[in-house]
Amino acid sequence: MIRPDADTLLEIVDLHARVEDKPILKGVNLTIKAGEIHAVMGRNGSGKSTLSKVLAGHPAYTVTGGSVRYRGADLLNLEPEQRARLGLFLGFQYPVEIPGVSNLEFLRVSTNARRMEKGEEELDTFAFEDLVRERLQVVQMDPAFLERSVNEGFSGGEKKRNEILQMALLDPLVAILDETDSGLDIDALRIVAGGVNHLASPENATLLITHYQRLLDVITPDYVHVMAGGRILRTGGKELALELEDRGYDWVDQELAVLEVA
Amino acid sequence: MVAAMSNSAAVAASTWVTSFLERLPAPAGELEAVQWRGREALSRQPLPSRRQEDWRFTDLAPLTALAPAPASSSAQGSWPAPAADVFRLWLDDSDDLLNGQSLPAGLGLLSSDEVQQALGHTLAACNCEQHWPVELNQASATRVLALRVSGAVAPTLELVSQAAEDSVMRPVRVLLLLEEKASLEVLQIQLGSACSLSSLVMEAHLGRESTLRHGLLALGEGQACFLGHLAVEQEPRSHLESVWASHGWALSRFEPRVVQVDGEATTTLKALQVAGGQQVVDTHSRVEFRGPEGQLDQLHKAIADDRGRSVFNGAVKVPRAAQRTNASQLSRNLLLSNQARIDTKPELEIVADDVRCAHGATVSRLQTDELFYLQSRGLSAAVAAGLLKRGFCEEVLRALPAAAAAWRPLQRMLGEG
Repeated sequence: MIRPDADTLLEIVDLHARVEDKPILKGVNLTIKAGEIHAVMGRNGSGKSTLSKVLAGHPAYTVTGGSVRYRGADLLNLEPEQRARLGLFLGFQYPVEIPGVSNLEFLRVSTNARRMEKGEEELDTFAFEDLVRERLQVVQMDPAFLERSVNEGFSGGEKKRNEILQMALLDPLVAILDETDSGLDIDALRIVAGGVNHLASPENATLLITHYQRLLDVITPDYVHVMAGGRILRTGGKELALELEDRGYDWVDQELAVLEVA
Repeated sequence: MVAAMSNSAAVAASTWVTSFLERLPAPAGELEAVQWRGREALSRQPLPSRRQEDWRFTDLAPLTALAPAPASSSAQGSWPAPAADVFRLWLDDSDDLLNGQSLPAGLGLLSSDEVQQALGHTLAACNCEQHWPVELNQASATRVLALRVSGAVAPTLELVSQAAEDSVMRPVRVLLLLEEKASLEVLQIQLGSACSLSSLVMEAHLGRESTLRHGLLALGEGQACFLGHLAVEQEPRSHLESVWASHGWALSRFEPRVVQVDGEATTTLKALQVAGGQQVVDTHSRVEFRGPEGQLDQLHKAIADDRGRSVFNGAVKVPRAAQRTNASQLSRNLLLSNQARIDTKPELEIVADDVRCAHGATVSRLQTDELFYLQSRGLSAAVAAGLLKRGFCEEVLRALPAAAAAWRPLQRMLGEG
């Protein structure tokens, strides 16, 4: 939902970043306002996932230039956990398995970290169980998953549902979903997308990172951005995604080549 | 210079043994003969040195810094009350090991004739009766808790020993004979603090189709040292599950040795050892299959932090007679500081040709991706690291007998008091 008077949540200006000695982001510009759903599309290696990890604060990536403001304040000098507590959420492309750490306990600690930041009271074990059982319905997840170790032995679809469950509990202002559709069959995709749609509101914003149009059939973006060579090359409405689906990425490569020569 | 130093170290080691022997009271009681034997052996056997392969990574300096002597029992600590399904014995030096309680159904004390006959049998079968820490125990232990197990024993047998004063040595000796089809769960609690020494020698003979679930929780602090030895003989179709966890000792060395006398038995060994500060924690395990179709499932985990040092040596012997043995051994280690050190070594000796023996060892730091995942959900780096360490420990600790929970092993392992 595009509203000209909506608050700006995230403002990325000329962002450069590298991993080890390799520059990946080469000047990303992107502004996201409350209520909006953005999709970033692009080939493998275009920098999409790097963008999501830099925003969440992954230590392997070094920002070499530009700025990111989150609700008007500098995001990049915050620790990853501070970003999360302030309402920035990253749904992982490959959620990490953590043997021996109970999913329920993990979800409770993380939910309380966010609640404390919002000035809400911490939930005890019982109150949290009530909350989590209610939110499980958003992703139609079996409560048995709560008793298992975090993501351990979960199928690809179950891991992604667990990500959306975390999103439902953490109530983020900006949710970045990194290839949440990858590895999902059509039913799982429908459930995950249903969860994302359910959680979208005029107060928050979503940034979908994806390869394929099919996610955008079930979550309608307000903006579609095409990324290549570490930059956003073109921005349009949802019809841009359809164009990509139609024409492939070759024309993007040609545009990029022209740009890099210039 | 080097020769001079090692020479003076050798002198110090022999002085330590001599003065230890001098502090011992005259041999007496039901173990008099064993004490004579142990003392004689110690007077001939020098303290193990790092020139011996078996002790290469294990510096005994924390032990030689102590001046231990067996002492009469001290006040009982503030221990958790035993749960209803736990039968607790406090093994420290009182006259009546049973403290006036009667043993639960299925457990009976061996007669002194039976003790004479059986004591040391399993140590010899496991080829460790002349092992230095064993001789140290034999030289000083004045009594043995010797039990026959018949049928299924319902309560968990909890054996507690505590050495809490300077210069105190607490030698514990246990002998268990499990008859055919008997089953027992034992939890040993070894507590040590101040400049004390805890010494444990336990022998168990598992008759056919018997089951022993054994847990050892060794919790130390300060300068306290622990030397433990477990020797188990398994008859066919018997089951042994032994889970041990060690934390907080200046020096801890535990040596479980298992012999499957005729194969066809199952052995499960799980361990967690934690070394922080300048602590040394060492496990030397040895499993030998003397017949076919035996099974072993072994998991050894260690955490080394600060300048701590963890040693694991896991020997598995599969001679020609042990066809169709199925053994697996995994050593997983967390190295949390640049000055900590981990030595881990599987030692598989396989002669039989039709066997499955898998082994593996990993040493790693906390994984960046795991930490980042937790941080990206609002957990601070410290809380995230704590959660990951907890997960690492839980895999072993949850396999301890349920009665162990009262001793709060996880909190102890994580240094949360």
